[in-house]
Amino acid sequence: MKMMMGSSFPEEVLEHVFSFIERDKDRNAISTVCQSWYEIERWSRRRVFVGNCYAVSPAILIKRFPDVRCLELKGKPHFADFNLVPEGWGAYVAPWIAAASSAYPWLEEIRLKRMVIPDDSLELISKSFKNFKVLVLSSCEGFSTEGLAAIAANCRNLRELDLRESEVEDLNQSSGHWLSHFPDNYTSLVSLNIACLNSDVSFTALERLVGRCPNLRTLRLNRAVPLDRLAILLRRAPQLVELGTGEASDLRPDVLSNLSGAFSRLTSLNLSYAATIQSSDLIKLVSQCQNLQKLWVLDYIEDLGLEALAASCKDLRELRVFPSEPFGVEPNVLLTEQGLVSVSEGCPKLHSVLYFCRQMSNDALRTIARNRPNMTRFRLCIIEPRTPDYLTLESLDMGFGAIVEHCKDLRRLSLSGLLTDRVFEYIGTYGKKLEMLSVAFAGDSDLGLHHILSGCENLRKLEIRDCPFGDKALLANAAKLETMRSLWMSSCSVSFGACKLLGQKMPMLNVEVIDERGPPDSRPESCPVEKLYIYRTVSGPRLDMPGFVWTKDEDSALGLS
Amino acid sequence: MSPENRNYMPESDVVGLNLKETELTLGMPGETRVTTDTGVKLGTKRGFSETIDLNLGRSNVKCHDKVCDDELENDVLGGATKSLTEKAQLVGWPPVRASRKNVMKSCKFIKVAVDGAPYLRKVDLEMYNSYQQLLSALEDMFSCLTIRNYLNEKKLMDPANGVEYVATYEDRDGDWMLVGDVPWKMFVESCKRVRLMKSSEAIGLAPRTPQKCSSTA
Repeated sequence: MKMMMGSSFPEEVLEHVFSFIERDKDRNAISTVCQSWYEIERWSRRRVFVGNCYAVSPAILIKRFPDVRCLELKGKPHFADFNLVPEGWGAYVAPWIAAASSAYPWLEEIRLKRMVIPDDSLELISKSFKNFKVLVLSSCEGFSTEGLAAIAANCRNLRELDLRESEVEDLNQSSGHWLSHFPDNYTSLVSLNIACLNSDVSFTALERLVGRCPNLRTLRLNRAVPLDRLAILLRRAPQLVELGTGEASDLRPDVLSNLSGAFSRLTSLNLSYAATIQSSDLIKLVSQCQNLQKLWVLDYIEDLGLEALAASCKDLRELRVFPSEPFGVEPNVLLTEQGLVSVSEGCPKLHSVLYFCRQMSNDALRTIARNRPNMTRFRLCIIEPRTPDYLTLESLDMGFGAIVEHCKDLRRLSLSGLLTDRVFEYIGTYGKKLEMLSVAFAGDSDLGLHHILSGCENLRKLEIRDCPFGDKALLANAAKLETMRSLWMSSCSVSFGACKLLGQKMPMLNVEVIDERGPPDSRPESCPVEKLYIYRTVSGPRLDMPGFVWTKDEDSALGLS
Repeated sequence: MSPENRNYMPESDVVGLNLKETELTLGMPGETRVTTDTGVKLGTKRGFSETIDLNLGRSNVKCHDKVCDDELENDVLGGATKSLTEKAQLVGWPPVRASRKNVMKSCKFIKVAVDGAPYLRKVDLEMYNSYQQLLSALEDMFSCLTIRNYLNEKKLMDPANGVEYVATYEDRDGDWMLVGDVPWKMFVESCKRVRLMKSSEAIGLAPRTPQKCSSTA
């Protein structure tokens, strides 16, 4: 490669300099400086993140970045977690793995979220990449323990196997439990997360694995591992710093006291499936975890437990409180807005919150906002849709307004409760760093949507359900959609006519109409669609759409249909 | 900037579109909008139970076409009479993953397919205590179906076209059986997936005997 006229650095030097630049944003910026920088950068990019697997194709990726070592892909939209995306919608990873298997022999890390991955792909991974180290399958499906056995057996350098929240089919294997497929001389495990597995885990295989892997730091197990066994594992692996006990496990007081030493070293604790541990035990437990940075827990912790948390865990960064009875009409626990206020007061580093509760007030939200201007992720779910401020019976516009106004670094926000168009005015005005917004049962008119789309400059993902937003705001802000990753709207008022128009006007967008009622053109064009998913793409309409997804086709553009 | 000012939207942004044509309003056509002091527009807030009716499998349709309006009227009326204590569940609300819905009990999620319906649904068998409860839930989910108790057989029917469906399931051994033959608990243990098959195609599945039939319909 020739040196540029007037440029004083040979390629090798530039490459070395670029190796210190890690963030995608920065590398993207570097690549636009000039042609030779573009070339050097693309040959040296090792880590690629594809936020929407349909925004680009494997071929395009490989052509631009020929030597990738770490690949991260995301598939289905977030609301797929709540059954809003029908089965068979897409997000198949097989073509990506097939392409990577020949193009990237030195691939070390694959991270997938909400994608469908068959056992064949897992086997291909295990056999194609000699230096494979990290496999993270987050909310994925389509594979079984057979695929896991292939990974265990063939990936000699595997450090991390994380199946968080994935659906794994259990097959009774004659070749023995999949965990026992790790060879005896395999010792490199650093992190193992099998919490989502429904089947029994071979405890002997697990114990031997844990015993021979001196670098094991993270262990998340499923409900099949009883707590007294967990104590044995902890003694074998005293270096563990992250622990999760899996589903419906049972922390009896005697087991608790056995484990107390280990708990004080923990930085991350996930008890969100531990259904039988009640408030008093939870309080004892969290009081011992002074180094806790991340806590996921059920609302059994109650306001009292959160007060104890606020007093003991001064290093807490992330808190998630899940509902034990999400469908109950009456509250079953003493968890209110007060618990969250306590934690916001007591934990100065708290910046990421997911909180399910049944009552909230503008006052509480204002207090939280003032206490924690460093908040970056704030997701509040008041379980009953359109619940007003329980003290004043007003909307919660002002409370959420305070959150966006005071928390200037807020990147993610989920709204709930009674909200009018005004809250969107606040969000559009103050939410300048907001990247992801989730809205449900809120707003009065298109103005709400317009405020978001015209005001939030850094918005990347917007997901909306059951709001009276329609064509006007969407069409008036069509250009905005090309600056975002994706927009999801379900049970809103966007007409099929508007979808067609958008698809025709914006060739860089895929406008997908998902409708169970059959072809949308069998109904009047003014009829609202059930679900709408719009995303930008450089690889055109996808070729793997199922029968219930409609998008622009060449015929309609030419006016033939 | 007043949120009440409905003329705020710059129409020049969208050239050539007749926005009034596509303007959708909530509520019945011809109904005037009443605004309270706090800016909340009455008549546009759907009550919770109305929302449920509009969302459960039926079309959440609010268009100006006569056909759609009739459907809306029926849904609203149906919603008004539904008691709030018998709330059915909104799909996907509250936003918790399937695995978190039932922390107290174990979960047994299986896929349910209906011949002719475009996509599958998932149900947690542990949420029900009897076949009748399961069939009621399926009736809610696939709203075109109603339960028909016919000679002690539990069948489902689509009243729109009179097509009858029979509930079948695939057991642990891969055989397709009729739902209802074995005790409920045994069914929950062994069921891997459910298919509502058109009655006309279900001939060949062993009906009343507990023996397994090796043929699949």
